[in-house]
Amino acid sequence: MESRQPLQFYSEPLPGVDTSELHGKLIVIEGPDAVGRSTQVRQLKQWLEQEGHAVLDTGMARSALAGKGIQEAKKGNTLGPITMTLFYTTDFADRLENEIIPALRAGFVVLIDRYIFSIMARAIARGEDRKWIEQVAGFALAPHAVYYLRARVKDLVSRVVLGRGAFDYWESGMDLRFGDDKFQSFVRYQRRLIQALDSMASAYNFTIVDATQPAEAIFRELQRHVSALPFEKVDGAGARRRGKRPTVRGTGE
Amino acid sequence: MLPNRYKGKLIVVEGIDGSGKSTQITLLSHWLRAQGYAVAFSEWNSSPLVRQTTRRGKKKAMFTPTTFSLIHATDFADRMESYILPLVKAGAVVCADRYAYTAFARDVARGASRNWVRNLYSFALRPSLTFYFRVPLDVAIGRILGGRDAIKYYEAGMDLGLSRNVEESFRIFQGRILDEYEAMAGEMGFHMIDATLSIEEQQRRMRQIVVDALGEVLRTGVLRTAQKGSDGIATAAAVL
Repeated sequence: MESRQPLQFYSEPLPGVDTSELHGKLIVIEGPDAVGRSTQVRQLKQWLEQEGHAVLDTGMARSALAGKGIQEAKKGNTLGPITMTLFYTTDFADRLENEIIPALRAGFVVLIDRYIFSIMARAIARGEDRKWIEQVAGFALAPHAVYYLRARVKDLVSRVVLGRGAFDYWESGMDLRFGDDKFQSFVRYQRRLIQALDSMASAYNFTIVDATQPAEAIFRELQRHVSALPFEKVDGAGARRRGKRPTVRGTGE
Repeated sequence: MLPNRYKGKLIVVEGIDGSGKSTQITLLSHWLRAQGYAVAFSEWNSSPLVRQTTRRGKKKAMFTPTTFSLIHATDFADRMESYILPLVKAGAVVCADRYAYTAFARDVARGASRNWVRNLYSFALRPSLTFYFRVPLDVAIGRILGGRDAIKYYEAGMDLGLSRNVEESFRIFQGRILDEYEAMAGEMGFHMIDATLSIEEQQRRMRQIVVDALGEVLRTGVLRTAQKGSDGIATAAAVL
């Protein structure tokens, strides 16, 4: 994946941000629910830190401003699709301006579990206009890399059933009243989400990673991709390993 | 904005702080209700789902122009999706104290791009009538300073660093908002109300515009209680 230097906003530059000051790396992990993103983010963070990089990791609904509000709103049954989209966009903007951009200025590797693409996919899966949400989210920075963990719905189903043991209301798109029960609704909703993510892949330069592989294999593939990004290397342990095939060992798993 | 294809109507008031628009829409909504129409009221920034977040952000001065804009759009979306749209579909007259135009004026005065803000609110239902209360800046500021102890931080645009003096910042910021309103008035088809006139005269003009513009549709479409001896919409003159 080619790196864009410096980082650029998609369509709406945020006032007061000079992108030439953003020296860090912006890496995004995308993918549907239950595909195993957070495991990968955790391992990537540990590995990158061992390589000597300062890492900030962040993900949806974790902003100081809107995180709590979103959790509260999801407890009820009145959160409409446009409201949800904009609430998550507010949350994203707060993290972008107050966490992500300052970290990039300071030279961090910023590792993001779901970016605007999940917000967009959810909106599109709910029938909202693609152009509308693309422009609304246009103040996002185009990441150096977006790794799309791709799986089929049936892989997600088995992960949910074997892993969590129950279908979540929102992950099943129950607000859309897609099916008689959470399983049916999950299948239809996640299929739409995957279609929406697939449809963004080329326009937004996703690197597609086959998420039906075992977690260790996914991690090795992600390591290979990340290693190919033009990082400044730290002399020492990380440097000695350079050129060798990266392994999962030493990630503290 | 989306065209209104439903039985109900949406009546909106806009203007800077101190223009008197809230007083006028309250009077108008009471009048419509007294005629037997099903009337609902929606205020800017009043979604129960979003209120806590807005309050937190204001209290701790956490907002940037972008998040300020987005949280108000979220609030608006919730009111649109769970309140305004279903009621208009059902045939009610919804009166809104401030609408998307407030964001068009205020967010742009804060530095957001016009196109971005307008796209943000493109899911909004187009109002049947929009009244704009036009008032000179000094008159509005006189009303605000006379009526309240303190101007709030974001109302004064203190987040923009226009001036360290709250009153001065308020003046500059409201002036910018006024310019934005004036610039969009023609394009958006605002009905201008001279907000320096007496309250009664402004209300008389508003009612006349409602009767002229919506009399027929109010008679045939909008939900209302059955009224003995009434054969349709009252005239403004008959009520005043």
